[in-house]
Amino acid sequence: MTAVLTRRPGLSRIRAAGSPLHLVCLALVAVVVLAALFAPWLVPHDPNAVDLGNALAAPSAAHPFGVDAAGRDTLSRLLLGARTSLLGPLGVVAFSTAAGIAVGTAAAWRGGWIDSVLSRSTELVFAFPGMLLAILIISVYGEGLLAPVIALAVAYLPYVSRLTRSLVLAERARPYVSAYQVQGHSALQICLRHILPNIAPVVLAQSTINFGYALMDLAGLSFLGLGVPALTPDWGRMVFDGQTAIQHGYPLSAILPCAFIVLTVVAFNVVGERWADRVARRDR
Amino acid sequence: MSFVRFALRRVAEMAATLLTASFVVFAAMYLAPGNPASFLLAGRSASPEALAAINAQYHLDDPFLVRYFRWLGDILQGDFGRSITYRTDVSRLLADRLPTTLTLIVMSLVVVVAVGLFLGRIAAVRGGATDSAILVTTTLAVGTPSFVAAVLLQGLFAVNLGWFPSSGAGDGGLGDLLWHLTLPSIALALYLIGMLARVTRSAMLEALDSEHVTVARSRGVPERQVIRRHVFRNSLSTVLTTGGLIVSTLLVCTILVETAFSIGGIGQLLELSTTTKDFPTVQAISLIIVALFMIVNLVVDLLLPLVDPRLTLGSRSAAV
Amino acid sequence: MTTTTPPTPPAHTLDIQGLRITLPGTARPVLDGVDLTVSTGETVALVGESGSGKSLTSRSALRLLPPGAVVEGTVRVGGEDVLAMNAAQLRTVRASAAAMVFQDPRASVNPLRRIRDFLTESATLTGAMSRADATVRATELLQAVGLDAAVLRKYPGQVSGGMLQRVVIAAALMGDPALLLADEPTTALDVTSQAEVIALLAGLRARFGTGLLFVTHDLDLAAAISDRVYVMYAGRIAESGPAEALFERPRHPYTAALLASTPRMDGPRGRLAAIDGQPPDLRQELHGCAFAARCPLATEVCDQQVPLPVAAPDRPGHLAACHHSDRLEGSTVDAR
Repeated sequence: MTAVLTRRPGLSRIRAAGSPLHLVCLALVAVVVLAALFAPWLVPHDPNAVDLGNALAAPSAAHPFGVDAAGRDTLSRLLLGARTSLLGPLGVVAFSTAAGIAVGTAAAWRGGWIDSVLSRSTELVFAFPGMLLAILIISVYGEGLLAPVIALAVAYLPYVSRLTRSLVLAERARPYVSAYQVQGHSALQICLRHILPNIAPVVLAQSTINFGYALMDLAGLSFLGLGVPALTPDWGRMVFDGQTAIQHGYPLSAILPCAFIVLTVVAFNVVGERWADRVARRDR
Repeated sequence: MSFVRFALRRVAEMAATLLTASFVVFAAMYLAPGNPASFLLAGRSASPEALAAINAQYHLDDPFLVRYFRWLGDILQGDFGRSITYRTDVSRLLADRLPTTLTLIVMSLVVVVAVGLFLGRIAAVRGGATDSAILVTTTLAVGTPSFVAAVLLQGLFAVNLGWFPSSGAGDGGLGDLLWHLTLPSIALALYLIGMLARVTRSAMLEALDSEHVTVARSRGVPERQVIRRHVFRNSLSTVLTTGGLIVSTLLVCTILVETAFSIGGIGQLLELSTTTKDFPTVQAISLIIVALFMIVNLVVDLLLPLVDPRLTLGSRSAAV
Repeated sequence: MTTTTPPTPPAHTLDIQGLRITLPGTARPVLDGVDLTVSTGETVALVGESGSGKSLTSRSALRLLPPGAVVEGTVRVGGEDVLAMNAAQLRTVRASAAAMVFQDPRASVNPLRRIRDFLTESATLTGAMSRADATVRATELLQAVGLDAAVLRKYPGQVSGGMLQRVVIAAALMGDPALLLADEPTTALDVTSQAEVIALLAGLRARFGTGLLFVTHDLDLAAAISDRVYVMYAGRIAESGPAEALFERPRHPYTAALLASTPRMDGPRGRLAAIDGQPPDLRQELHGCAFAARCPLATEVCDQQVPLPVAAPDRPGHLAACHHSDRLEGSTVDAR
C-alpha cells in the first residue's frame, strides 16, 4: 500500500492556550470516568427493575431522566452503562497499545524479516475494518464482550505499531542512542529506559484518540445486539432499546444515551488531539 | 518507474492481499470449538440434505488446503454456497440486496464529497469565525457514530416531523428508493463529512503556506484562481488518499444504518446472518466488503499519479 | 554610478518613502522609515543580514505583506502608490509593472503543474493575453534566458534548480515589467548556477531596460553588480550610496564592520573581525541608533537620539545614518 492510510482524521487545531473547549472536554472525561467508577454506589434504582405500568413516564423526582419502554430507570442505566461502555474501549486500547509498542519497536530496531512481516500484516489488517473483523469473530464465537474487544484490539494494533515504528526509527538515529550502545548498554535496556519514555507521549495521545473510536465501534456492536449480553446496561444497547420509544413519540430514553456517546467520544478525541498537538509542538 | 509497471505491481499486491484476506475469512470458522460441520449447522437438526450441502460447499472430506482452494475456486465462479438460514444460494441473496446497498453508498458518497470538500475548503480559505464554526461542527460530527445519527434523524425527521419515511427501502421504484434512502444516506455521511472536511482543511492550509502560492499572488493571479489552481489542486492528493478509508467506512456503517432503518441491504443481511450464525453468508459479505475496499484503494493508487505527476515522472524526490 | 535620465516622469520605477511597517506582537516597527529608490534601468542592491527587513522592503513593492501588518508611508511603482490601490489595480501592477524573482526556485513553482502553466498563468488569468499569445511570448523569453521550448511541457521536478530559476526569471519578464525585484535569487543554487543567473540578470537588465532591486546578504556580489547600494540594519537604512564609494569609504560603522567580516581573496590574511553581539530583538524598543550596542564608536548620544541620514561632505548621493560618520572615515574600524 503506497498510499499512507490514515484512519484518524487530521489533528485538529484547537490550539489556543487554555481553550475553553479543551477544558470542558477534560472535565467531561473526568466526570464520565468518575461516574463509571462509582456507579454502583450512585445508582438510585436497580437498572433492571422492570415496571411496565410506568413505562415511558416523563422525568419525575424518583426518575430524574425518566424511564424506558420497559419502565427501567434511565439514569441508573446510564450510570452503570458507563462502566461497560468504557471498560470495553479500555481493553481495546490497553491491548493494542501494549502489543503495538512491542511489535513496532521490534520492527524498527531489528528491521529485516520482522519488519517485512509487520508491514505485510499491517496491510492485511487494514483491509478488515475493525467492526467487520469483530463481526466475523462474533459469528464464530457468539455474542459477548470479550470477542469484539479482542477483534478490535487486533484491528487497532497496526495503527499503534506503525506509529511506534516510525517514532523509534527517528529516535534511533539520534546520537545519544549510539552513545549508550558504545557504553555497552543492551538494546533492551536502551529501548525500555530511554526510547520508550521519549516516544510514550505521542503513542499515548494516539491511544486516547483510539479510545473514542473503540467506544464508537463497540457501541455500534451493542446496538446491533452483538456486543454485551442483552440485560447488561450499555449505551449502545440503550440506543437500540430507545428506538422503539422514539417510534412511540417518547424520544428521551434514546436521546440521552446518544448524547452520552457523542459527548464522551468528542471529549476523548479533543483531549487526545490536544495532547498530540502539544507533544508535536514540544518536539519542534 | 513507468506507470504501467507501477500499475501492474499494485494489482499484483492487491491480488496477494486479497488472497490472504480470503484465507483469513475461510480459516476463521476453524477457530470455533467443535467440528466444522456442527459449527456450520449451528445446532440445527442435521438433515442429510443440509449435511450434503455443507459438505459440498466446504469439501469437508478433503485436506485443509485443498478445501480452501476448492472453496475459493467456487467463489471465483460466483458460487458463494448456500445460506443455512434462508435455504437458498447466497449469491441469490446478494443479488437481491446489493443494489439497495450500493445505491445507499453512492448517495452517501456524493453527499460526503460535496459537503465535506465544501466545508473544508471554506474553513481553510475564510478562516476566522467560519473556520471555528466548522471546526466545532466537524468535531461533533466525527464523534457521532452512524447509528446514533440514524436514530436521531429518524426520530426528528421521520417520526416527529414526518418528512421522510422511517424505515424500509420503498416499493421498488427508483424515486421511492431514493426517497426512502435520503435519511439513511445522511446518517451514513455525517461522520465522514466531518472527517473529509478536516482532512481537506488541513491539506489546504498546508498548501496555502507554500511559497508558490505567494509567488502566484505576487504575479497578480486572482485569489480565486490561486485557491483553485494552487491550493485546492495541491491538496487533492491528500484528499484522494482518504478515498479507500471513506468507502470502507461507508461499507461497514451500512450494517448499522440499514439495521436502524430496516433496509434490506447486505448490511442488514450481515447483521441477521451473524445473529442466526449463518456462516456462509457472513463469509460472503465479509469478502465482498474487503474486496470492494481493496478495489477502491487500488483505484485511488492508480489515480494518484494523475493528480501528482511527481509520483511517476522523472523526479526522485517524489513524496506525498 | 550610471545616471540614466528617464525620458518621461516618473523619475523612479520604484520610490519608497518613509515606509514603516508594524507587526502584531512586536515592540517596534520591523521597517522604520525606509526611503529607497530605483531608477529606470538602474541596478540597486539592498544588503543586510537575516531579519534586517530587506526582504520585506522588496516585497512591499508588490504589497506582499504579512497578515496583520500596519503600514505607513508610500510605495510608488511607476509613480502609483501600491499601498493605496484596490485589488484590481494591484493585480495589474503585479502582472505587468513589477515582478519578483524569489529565493528558492523549487519552492516558487507549483510542482504539480507544467512549466507552461507557470509561465503563462499571470498573463492569461489577468486577461492580458490569450493563451496562444502567452505561449509564444513564453517561448521567446525561454530562449532569452537560454532554455529550449521543450521545457514548456515539463514538470518542475524534471529540470535542475538552475534551469528552474531561469524559468522563474523568464516568468517574471512575461509582463514586460519596468521593475524587477530579486530576493536573494541565487542563495538556493549551487555556485556555477549562481554565476549564470547573475550574468543572466545583468544581461536582461541591459536588454530590456528594467530597473533591478537586488536583495542579498553577499557584499561582494552587491559590489560586483550594482550601481547603488543600500545597507539595512534592524529595519532602517544605515547607509546608502554609489557602490564604489560605499565600499571604499564606508560612512556607517555597521557597513565597515560588515566589510571587515567578509573574507577576501585580495586582502591581507588574518582573522576576520566578527561583529560582537546580536541585532536588537523585535520585542525591544529602540530609543537611539539600532547599532549602538554593538558599535565601537558609540557614545551617549547614540543611545538617546535616532541618527538621521546625512550626506557625505563631498558626495551628495552617499548618505549615512550615524552620529559619528566623520570620525569613521580613515579610522581603525575599517579593517581594510
